[in-house]
Amino acid sequence: MMAFRTRSSALLGLLRKEAYHILRDRRTLIVITLIPIVQVVIFGYAIRTDVEHVRLAIVDPSPDSATLALRSRFGATDNFRIVGVVPRSADVDRLFQRGEAQEAIVFEPGFAARLGQGLPARVQIITDATEPNTGSAIQAYALQVIQEYEREINPAAGTIRIVPQVRTRFNPTRDSSNLFVPGLMAFVLTIISSLMTAISLTREKEMGTLETLLVSPLRPWHIIVGKVAPYLLIGFVSVIGVIVEARLVFNVPLRGSLALLLAEGLLFILVSLSLGILISARTSSQRVAMFGAMVGTMLPTMLLSGFIFPLESLPWPLQMVSFVVPARWFVTVARSIMLKGVGLTYLWRETLVLVVMALVLLTLSTRSFKERLE
Amino acid sequence: MRRIRFLAWAEVLHVIRDRATLAQVLVLPLAQLLILSNAATFEVRDVPTYVVDFDRSTASRGLVDRFAASGNFDIVGDSTSLDLANDELLRGRVTLVVTVPHDFERSLMRDRAAPIQLAVNAEKGSAAGVVQSYALRILSAYSAELGTTLRPTMANVRSASRDQPPMRGATRIEVTVRNRYNQTLNYKHYMVPGLLVALVTLIATLVSAQNIAREKELGTLEQLNVTPLTRGQFIAAKLLPFWVLGMLDLGIGLTAGWLIFDIPVRGSLVLLFGSAAVYLVVALAIGLWISTLVETQQQAMFVTFFIVNIYLLMSGLFTPIDSMSPWVQTVSLLNPVRHFVTISRALLVKGAGLQEIVQPLAILALFAVVTLALAIRQYSKRTA
Amino acid sequence: MNSDRTIVAKELTRKFGDFVACDRITFDVGKGEVFGFLGANGAGKTTAIRMLTGLLAPSSGQATVAGFDVYSQSESIKRQIGYMSQRFSLYEDLTVSENIRLYGGIYDLTDRQIRDRTDAMLSRLGFRHAAHDLVRSIPLGWRQKLAFSVALLHDPKIVFLDEPTSGVDPITRRQFWEMIYDAASAGTTVFVTTHYMDEAEYCDRISIMVSGKIGAIGTPSELKRQFGTDSVDDLFVRLARPAANAPPESRPRP
Repeated sequence: MMAFRTRSSALLGLLRKEAYHILRDRRTLIVITLIPIVQVVIFGYAIRTDVEHVRLAIVDPSPDSATLALRSRFGATDNFRIVGVVPRSADVDRLFQRGEAQEAIVFEPGFAARLGQGLPARVQIITDATEPNTGSAIQAYALQVIQEYEREINPAAGTIRIVPQVRTRFNPTRDSSNLFVPGLMAFVLTIISSLMTAISLTREKEMGTLETLLVSPLRPWHIIVGKVAPYLLIGFVSVIGVIVEARLVFNVPLRGSLALLLAEGLLFILVSLSLGILISARTSSQRVAMFGAMVGTMLPTMLLSGFIFPLESLPWPLQMVSFVVPARWFVTVARSIMLKGVGLTYLWRETLVLVVMALVLLTLSTRSFKERLE
Repeated sequence: MRRIRFLAWAEVLHVIRDRATLAQVLVLPLAQLLILSNAATFEVRDVPTYVVDFDRSTASRGLVDRFAASGNFDIVGDSTSLDLANDELLRGRVTLVVTVPHDFERSLMRDRAAPIQLAVNAEKGSAAGVVQSYALRILSAYSAELGTTLRPTMANVRSASRDQPPMRGATRIEVTVRNRYNQTLNYKHYMVPGLLVALVTLIATLVSAQNIAREKELGTLEQLNVTPLTRGQFIAAKLLPFWVLGMLDLGIGLTAGWLIFDIPVRGSLVLLFGSAAVYLVVALAIGLWISTLVETQQQAMFVTFFIVNIYLLMSGLFTPIDSMSPWVQTVSLLNPVRHFVTISRALLVKGAGLQEIVQPLAILALFAVVTLALAIRQYSKRTA
Repeated sequence: MNSDRTIVAKELTRKFGDFVACDRITFDVGKGEVFGFLGANGAGKTTAIRMLTGLLAPSSGQATVAGFDVYSQSESIKRQIGYMSQRFSLYEDLTVSENIRLYGGIYDLTDRQIRDRTDAMLSRLGFRHAAHDLVRSIPLGWRQKLAFSVALLHDPKIVFLDEPTSGVDPITRRQFWEMIYDAASAGTTVFVTTHYMDEAEYCDRISIMVSGKIGAIGTPSELKRQFGTDSVDDLFVRLARPAANAPPESRPRP
């Protein structure tokens, strides 16, 4: 009974000490709370894949009524912006290489005349397919315009039209930021978590106080809890900040339970923190620890979590690896809660994975600390 | 000049003898290139798709076959139950639901037009947009195909007006498409030239920042500050070896990309390395500037990671600049990484020449001068 | 100003915010003198050295080193001085001869000069066999002697030594001081800081810093007579005690 009281007051003391450390280091505090917020804004506006305002070049060797009519169609839509009209298709390459044009429409000479004679009039769509998806998308846009024009001038022509009615489920505004922002949360939180744990641990190492703590009556898991708890709090504040931003600045919907989202966020931070501690505890060299923490957590989160690049695109070895990346599970959870409004019944699997990860990592970190003692 | 030679040589020895730095500079970039090239792609294959076909006609089955044969879609379910499809969607087990209305074929014959419903699961992130593109492309191609095959059975043919010229088999506007620069729509051709830039940036900025910060930490910097070595000489000697390493890494990365991923090398390599030479100065100057702000190697690493991270994500490397918000696009003009990524892609993939890259190159040159000057000014041998 | 005064400081002051590290210190050092700059840890010795070597700008006061002004001519000063810092500052991952070669080049010695002086130095120190060993692998005492020799490589007029004998065994310390005497008799001024009070006996003149001010300055025997102590150690304790007993706010921060 006595021992318990001593230990819990020791733990409280440790918590208080960590709090002082954090509060006194005002600069780091500001950085830690501000950076996630700033990053979400920047990336929310930067990480997008929507294709709009396509820069279009026209190659019209012999402008006539038909080509001009078609050209005005392109000019009239919001999707396209005509950046230049050139007589030869050889000129188009330069425009592509300079990035001035993304797509070119090439009419054959005597376009209207051929149409009038009932002969097929050729038009070529050249897209800058350096970025393949953009290339495909703008090709489809252009095709649509041409096909509509064709239907108009010749309703009796044998064109068949399959009219796609597209519904983007769970993202009615079709804003790609809705898709990225939940993933961004994971990314930002990962950086903060691994950073913070590294700062905390290395500070102790540098001052040699870690050894002192380890030989005190505090059990190793006390020390870990004592170190993790304050940062958990800060991380929690970050989560809230990011969610608020997502709602206010980007109007990302929140169809599900906020409480569930926060709880999952907290769980995720716990996992990230534990991972950070484990990495820091196991490596001997400071530099390697830092580098390892950032590379080992940041890179997988960016690439293997579905945040930017779809999981479905990963070659299967990397898909396997992504199963052990905590961010992957959290991104799924965050997106589901925010966009689909589902609850734990649909997400119990992902949540379980995160819980297991948290337990495993905390245990491993504790053991690493114990080993340090010996 | 001579002093620079002596100090630069000492730097080279440092790097060669420090296994950690050597790994960071030679092994890691290559490993990163290999992993990133494979992970960073928007290509989507085997998209789980559910088909709800209320028509079950030749036309509708033909469409479903097109989807299945495309290689992009994996039909995991085919029924007449919308509820089942929605449930799969909700559970996240399918990304696309294609619904064919019950009078699909009839509408096509009668009105020459018929709707198809596509429900795309947007929670899959960017995959959603890609899936939509692919699906629309298939619909488009199928439309064109039907246009020729269904014509002879069309009742419309008989009702064509006598004034109109006789109809041929083909449609009146013949459209051909060309995917310039990337015929096979290979995502790696887009990614790898950009990733080379990222590689080189990490080396130049991160390693140089860490390096100088380490000297500060160890106290050897003080020793140099006490000598008659000028700021310019010190900086030149420090940055030169890393400049060389950066160029070397670019070469290694390029070779690896060419050998392993078969990336195009259409433009002049001289221009590429020339641009790299200028870009490296900027990246190194930024690393130097960071080192003047921090006390320890660790801080150098934090700060550099944050800054490089921001630069990379806003450079058009992973997602196109054209898709960014207008204000972000403007801000990215200040991002040297953006310009070198543009140059790299223009040279390697589009086969551009000097004239086409002169604008971003000039901006980089300007940055080089400005950042170097700022970094030198910031670096002081004497604490005020 | 006497031309044989190689270091002159007048009312030299350095503040860090409210904290005054060096408070109007005034002293001078002659050519070929071994001048001991003593004081407890945190008394301001390192700050003073950093101002004299051009690493830190003074807040106020005047100083000249080798006849050059520390404010406006610090780069000229650097050509005339050698420096051995507390941390020895030789590159541990370079060999002995690589380190010598580096500094030789920085101080604009010709290749021939470097070669000759390296030879001479290694013979004198008895390091010839270790010429191609990494500095990391040679013993601490050797490193310290090497650092000192490297500081003298370019024949500076003055050499500044900041706590050069910290953590070294007594025998090596003696050998080190013999090297200092050799340098001094060759005409090099040696400005050495230390917190080992017994080393003070070895110096021509000493000054003792207490809380940023110069508490005493003169030859060791003069001062012992003046303060009535048998050793410089006792002398120091007598000077430093009031400071040590003062309330914490006025004690210099580390």
